[in-house]
This record gives sequence, C-alpha cells and structure tokens, in this order.
Amino acid sequence: MAAGDRVHPYIPNSVPDVKAKMLAEIGIDDIDTLYEDIPESLRFRGELNIPEGITSELELERHMTDVLSVNRTCSENISFLGGGCYRHYVPAICDEITGRAEFLTAYAGEPYEDHGRFQALFEYQSLMGELLETDVVNVPTYDWGQAASTSIRMSGRITDRDVILIGDTISPDRLQVIRTYCEPVMKIELVQHAPETAALDLEDLDKRLTSSVAALYCENPTYFGTVEEHGQVIADTVHSNGSLFVVGVDPVSLGVIKPPSQYGADITCGDIQSLGNHQYFGGALGGFIATRDEKKYVMEYPSRLFGISKTEREGEWGFGDVAYERTSFAVREQGKEFIGTAAALYGISSAVYLSLLGPQGIRELDQNILQKSQYAMKRLAGVDGVAIKFDAFHFKEFVVDFTGTGKAVQEINDALLEQGIFGGKDLSRLSAELEGCALYAVTEVTTQEDIDRLVEALEVLS
Amino acid sequence: MKPQHGSRLRNFHQAKWDEEVIFELSNPGERGIHYPQVERAISDAVGDGVSEIPASMRRESPPALPEVGQMRVLKHFLRLSQQNLGADLNIDVGQGTCTIKYSPKINEKIAGSAKARDIHPHQDESTVQGALRIMYELDLFFREISGMDRFSLQPSSGSHAILTMAAVIHKYHEVRGEADTRDELITTIFSHPSDAAAAAAKGYRITTLYPDEQGMPDLEALKAAVSERTAGLFITNPEDIGIFNPHIAEFTRVVHEVGGVCGYDQANANGIMGITRAREADFDLCFFNLHKTFSAPHGCGGPASGALGATKEMADYLPVPLVGFDGGKYYLDYDVPHTIGKARTFYGAFPVILKAYAWIMSMGAEGLKEAARIAVLNNNYLFKHITEIAGATSPYKGGKRRIEQVRYSWEELYNETGVDTHDVTLRLADFGFHLWQSHHPFVVPQPFTIEPTESYSKEELDEYLDGLRHVVHEARTEPDTVKRAPHNSVVHKIDESVYDDPDKWAITWRAYLKKHGREAAKIRG
Repeated sequence: MAAGDRVHPYIPNSVPDVKAKMLAEIGIDDIDTLYEDIPESLRFRGELNIPEGITSELELERHMTDVLSVNRTCSENISFLGGGCYRHYVPAICDEITGRAEFLTAYAGEPYEDHGRFQALFEYQSLMGELLETDVVNVPTYDWGQAASTSIRMSGRITDRDVILIGDTISPDRLQVIRTYCEPVMKIELVQHAPETAALDLEDLDKRLTSSVAALYCENPTYFGTVEEHGQVIADTVHSNGSLFVVGVDPVSLGVIKPPSQYGADITCGDIQSLGNHQYFGGALGGFIATRDEKKYVMEYPSRLFGISKTEREGEWGFGDVAYERTSFAVREQGKEFIGTAAALYGISSAVYLSLLGPQGIRELDQNILQKSQYAMKRLAGVDGVAIKFDAFHFKEFVVDFTGTGKAVQEINDALLEQGIFGGKDLSRLSAELEGCALYAVTEVTTQEDIDRLVEALEVLS
Repeated sequence: MKPQHGSRLRNFHQAKWDEEVIFELSNPGERGIHYPQVERAISDAVGDGVSEIPASMRRESPPALPEVGQMRVLKHFLRLSQQNLGADLNIDVGQGTCTIKYSPKINEKIAGSAKARDIHPHQDESTVQGALRIMYELDLFFREISGMDRFSLQPSSGSHAILTMAAVIHKYHEVRGEADTRDELITTIFSHPSDAAAAAAKGYRITTLYPDEQGMPDLEALKAAVSERTAGLFITNPEDIGIFNPHIAEFTRVVHEVGGVCGYDQANANGIMGITRAREADFDLCFFNLHKTFSAPHGCGGPASGALGATKEMADYLPVPLVGFDGGKYYLDYDVPHTIGKARTFYGAFPVILKAYAWIMSMGAEGLKEAARIAVLNNNYLFKHITEIAGATSPYKGGKRRIEQVRYSWEELYNETGVDTHDVTLRLADFGFHLWQSHHPFVVPQPFTIEPTESYSKEELDEYLDGLRHVVHEARTEPDTVKRAPHNSVVHKIDESVYDDPDKWAITWRAYLKKHGREAAKIRG
C-alpha cells in the first residue's frame, strides 16, 4: 500500500478488508496470483527510481507551485512572441465550459449518453464553417501541422498524384511535421517567394507545375505575417494544371480577411489555438480541415465528422458520425490515414469563443490587431538601423530586420529580456535572407505602452 | 437514492434541456463580448487599420456567426455539458482499452495557473525552467517505468506516437540504406486499429496476425510473416482482450533476427506498471498514453499525449527537441544525430504532460505499483462475476487470468434473445452507465470490453454488475424494452440513415440549411 499504511485517496479498494473480500470472491489469496501468466524472465524485480508519492494534496500543490514558480509568464512581462502560438485573450466563459467535468472527463460515449459532446462539436464545425465559408469542417486534429499534412494527403488521393508543392513561407516547424507525416508517400518541393514582398513566386510555381503535382500548399498570412494578394491568380494557375489549392490560414484573421474558399482554395486548414485557447508552452494546439461538401472530399477525411439529424421525437435534434466507414476505427489500415484521440476539448473552447464574438466581435478584434500591429511596424521602422523586412500588408505578425543595428538578434533579445520584454523569435538561422531578423507578433492583448516601451528600449540599444 | 429491483440500480434520468443549435439562438444586435478600442495615439498614427487590406483579400461581409448575449452563450454550453456523461459522474468502467481513471482536480487547478498557461514556446529557456524541469523529470520517470533510455513527449496521442514510431523506424532503415526494401510492418488484430493504420499512413504494407485458439497472437504466423522486407512490429501486451502474451520476448527476438525494429504500444500499461517493462521484453521503442494510464482527462477526445520511449540506439532518431539537464539548467536538446525532425509543432501537449507529471508525483513508485495491482484486482473481480452472468462469456482460455481489462461477448445472449451488444449498451445508458462495444472488426462476436482501473470502489463495481445483470434479465423477460432503449437519455432514437447519404448528411449548420431547407430547421417552432 502506498503512503505507509494509509490508503491512497485515488485507490479506494486498497482498504485491506475490501481487498481480502474481493480476493476471496475471485478465489485466490494474493494479487500476485493474478500476474501468474507473466513469466519470471519478464518480471521487473527492481525498484522504480521515482520519488515517494506526495499523497497529501496540500503538499502536492505546494510542490507543483514551487516547480512552476520559476517560469516567467507573458503576462508578467511584455511578449512579442508568435510564430504559431499566440497570446490572444481567452474569454472567461471558454475556461468555464472546458473546465466542466462533463466535458473535461468524457471520452467516447454514444450519441445518446454524450449528446452534448456531439452537439458542441457539431456547432464547432458549423461556426468554423461560417468563418471559413465552407460546408464541411472536421472535429479537431492534433495541430495545424497534422491538418496540413492530412490536407496534403487528401489531395494526393483525390488527384491520384504524389508531388506536393509548398510555398516556402511556411512555418519551418510545420514543414518538418509535414515531412514526418507525408514522406515518403508524397514528394515535397518548395516554391520560392519574392524577396521584397514574401509573395509566392508565380514563375517558380509555373515551372514546377507538372502532371504529378497533386496540390500547392501555402500559408496566408505567411509565417512572416504577410498577406498574399494573388490568391485567385494562384488558384487559377494551380487548377489549370488539374491540381488542388490548399491554403493554411490563421482563422482569427478571417473577420476582415477573405477566407481561402473565396479565392479558390479547395482545402483550407489551420490551427484553433488562436480561437479561445491558452498558450500553454505551445501545448494547446488543434488543427482544422475544411472543404466543400462533395463526396469525393468528404470520403477522404480521416477525421471524425459529426452530422446533425432528427430523432423519432418531433422537434428533437440528434447527432452522430458521418461516413464512419472511411475511418481506421471502422476498417483499420484500409481506412483513410488514421484516427484517434486528438484535441476535441479545444474545439469546444473555440465553439464558445466564436459564439461569444459573433460577426461584430471578430471584426472588432481583427481591427484592433491590425491597428496595433501597424502602429508597432511604423514605430519600429522609425528606430535607427531597424527595418520591416517585407513590403506587404501584414496581419498580426511581421519580420523585423535588425541588421542595420550591427547587433545580433540574440544580443538584442538578451538586452530586452533584462527589461522584461520577450523580443521576437530569432529567425537568423532559418536562411541567409533572414540573418539578423526576428518575427514579432502583436495581438489585441498588446497595449500601446508595451509597443512604446519596446521602441524606447531599442532606441537605446541601436 | 434507493435502489430499484432490489439491486443497486439508480432511478437515473439524464438532464434534457431540449436545447437549440446555437444558430437558432441568434438575435441581430446581441453581443457576447466587446473588445477595447485602440488607444487614440494608435488610431491617429495608422487610421482604421482595415482600409489598407488589399481589395482582393478583403472580406466583404462579416462571417454569419450567431449573435447571442453572453449569459445565453454560457447557458447554452452549460446545458450541453449537462447533456453529456463525463467520467467524473458515472462509473466509467465500460470503455475498455481507454483506462478511464480518476483525473485529480488538484492537477486541473495547477494546470490552470498562469505559470502554466501563459508561457510561450519560444521564450528564452531561462524563463521556462519550471516547464522544462517537468518535461525532463517526466522523461526520467518514464525511463524507470519502461526501462527505456530516453523519451520524447512530442507525439499528440497514442495514434500519433504510432505514426512517430513508424517515422523513426523508416529513418532507421533509411540510414542503413534499407528504407526502400523494408516496406512491411507487422501487427496483431487485438492491437489498436492505429497500429495498422498509422503505420500504413507512413507507407508500410501491413500484415496482421490473428490469435490462436488461446487468444495469443500466432507465433508461427509471425515466423512465416517475417523476412528481409520486415521493417518492424507494432504490438500491445496485454492485448486489447486483456490477456498477457508470455511469449512476447520470442516475438521481439524473431523480428530482431530479420533486422526489424519492435515498437510496443503500451496503451494497456495500467495493470503492469512496476510489474513488467518494455526493456525485459526487448522492445526498441514504446509509448505511454498520458491521458489513459497517467490520469490526464480525456477531454471529449483530446488533448492527449503519447510519450515515446526509445533504447539508447533508437533515441538517435527521436523527434527534436528533447529536454536535457546540464546539472544547472534545463534546456531544449536538438543534438539528436538521426532525428526524424518533428512530429508536432513545438514540444508536446504541455497541459497533459503537466497533469501526468503531477499524478506520478502524487503516486510515487509504490503508488504506481499499487494502482496497477488494484486495477488488476478490480478487473479480475468483474471478470469473475460477469462470466457468471448467463449470456455473457469471455472467449479464449489462454491464461487463466486477465490483466487490466477483458473482452467479453454477448453472443449467447444474442442467440437466445435477439438482443445484441449495441442494444445492451443503449439500455445501460438508461441507468447512467456507459458500455463500449469494442474496436472493429468484431473478431469476438457481439463484443464488449470492460476496464475498471484502480479508481472505482467495490461498491461501484457491484453497482455496475447489477446494471449488466438487470439488462440481461430484461433481455429475457422484456426484450423490447432493451431494443427500444434508451428511455432516460437526452434524445430518442436518432435517424442514422442520413449519415451515409451525401445528399442528406449535414456536417455544418449551413449545409443543413442548404440540404433540408430553412423550414426544416424551424420545425422546433
């Protein structure tokens, strides 16, 4: 028994009398007997080198608080970090709902026991559908990386082709995730960007569009925060080759930016961390995939897709799995890729978020982000030796070029950190083009004072 | 509460709010939340921010999201939550293979602190030492529990850990110049569907071993299947039927002999913590499901985490970064010679990782072992009593005992009464119980799988047994009651015919309106 002679609070049947009674009913004397099928050669007879259990909740909380206390948070400091994980405001009701035990601790109940889960996730799909202007959205995947990977794999199956072109302004982390997921089944080629604007290089695209190309995948806004203006031109070019157009998007931008489905994207994907989920060290991600409502698309999703129906009772909604037979749950390796536990709770949080924001809220939010990021770019561009790298319209993020200061980004970030400022992510090692550059993010949480303090600090440094 | 039928059964009824779909609650002009206006100096400097959006990229009309006041949004989702049966509320032993154990509230409270929530993955390492320490120490704990040499906490679930194992194996053979020729991967039918499917997603051809009459994966079939084309083996043990395969070291030996790599799906680890390890069975890779064995809640289907362990040799292929400790500070370790790159953006599902760490800290070595032993005791207690219910059987004689779960069959009940396993699950819902059928394909006819974990008291297990007995009794005496179930649930029999019909399925509200018309949506008045 753990914790000396006390029964562990999480293990009720450790009570000796109960244990004895259960053993007697089974007809044995000792729990060890239940392991008799495990041969001695496989038995671990050592001691696990794990500290003694902190069975007192009070002490456990103290220990955990102590461990975590050395973290310095984005709210205790001023953070300009983004690059796929963002500090957006999370409304109180999001946490209230995702903290509900009924949602938090549910898993895989039938549509009858878990009506609420099915409805909430159907609503998540529906709310995302309005934001993205698509009729099909899946139950969340792990993250944008997986959503992009699956979008790419879907393209390969739909076109029966195996080359994927990827705009090279993609997040470098995401590109690695895609490689892990898609190779060797799909062959990946990168398409260059214009050095001044970060826009997709249409000539390079043209050169690479062969009859093996399943799709072009690109991100808009790009990893550098630039907004691609030529979405429809790119879509037309790609479509004329019989290829699909897949766009990765930060959904929070879509209050004011046109959703990819409206400039020719066949598949849209991205991450819902921006929509009502905390940063959590980059740990609260969730991916979405969205398409038209055509059988050839729907049947290629590996994900759960919850549908709405009616019941035998007039006026009652029911929910359930659409086209379940395509999944690996139904037919193992004959299914589309694979399915399992992913990020459903974050989908529920995003459903609450979008319900709260509504059509006006998301526009207000986006306007706020645009104004602040434009203000930050303008002020930073006024600092000696500091420049905004790309000449384009930006959303939320932008690349700051520090080469004119003669200082390395790391040096600048170290100095900023001393003043309680988390400077942008250092991109110096990403490519020669980005030597001396950093990726900055500004959200609605950022204040004018935060931006002014950054500028003042840089003015002293440069 | 007083039991009915002289048993412990509850006079249960699930909450039913007859709640609308959120779009039906929309009233133009209502607002759920406001955002601040920007500071005057900002608008003076840059104007309205939106005018400069390139015309080709400007959204002309706002998204048609519902317009609902804040309290009504809250009420809506609270009502939906009440119409959901979480593990905290029921005796959730009926979801075998998924280890639905208690997820301690203190861990939720800790994970909800700003020190956990409000940190960014690109912060300077000096500012996230607490988070890195948790990841590093959790790696050490898992090394102990598995006997492996290093863990990556990056994979986002068990299935994702399987895909990541497949990527590691692919890279391993690639480094040896054998990636093209080693294109086959072997698994068993009683390993999770993803052991086959995620490996196939990485491009492998799958060979699936079936059980012999004892329920063991067929060793002779394995010997026949392996060759110089074998990339690896993915297998659980105990398998999803709850039987421990004592010949597992023979399986890994056979695969190693032809140059394959052995990956251990430890989704079923809850009964064997501290008892037997991946190391003793000579696996090269293994993974733990933190949302199962290590108590993080299942969240309606995630977030999750599949911590992937490797031997010293295979650790050279793990995704980056790992977490290291130089004696003074914790750091992100990118020095992995043959790394596959990344499985997931950033470092893993940190809230899940944090809860698993807190749980292990609360258990200690002794507590982990006790949890395993009591989980197995609870399971064999149910096993004894369920197999005494006429109509319920458990196939396969191999191994008298079961470890942490059992796959049962209602075949006899079905043959006798016409009540099938799905009917039973729906009738059990009327008493606040969940029962899951099992993964497909149904090798065991009319299957159900029960895994009680260590979390539930004997009294609760007895209550669940009474539920099973009651439904079996009804199947014989009033089968229609069972077949028409559920009766006390949120909804009545759902028209499932639309889900496989492209003209009728509706995966979003907008699709529903298009296919079934606005009138159909107004049926609720």
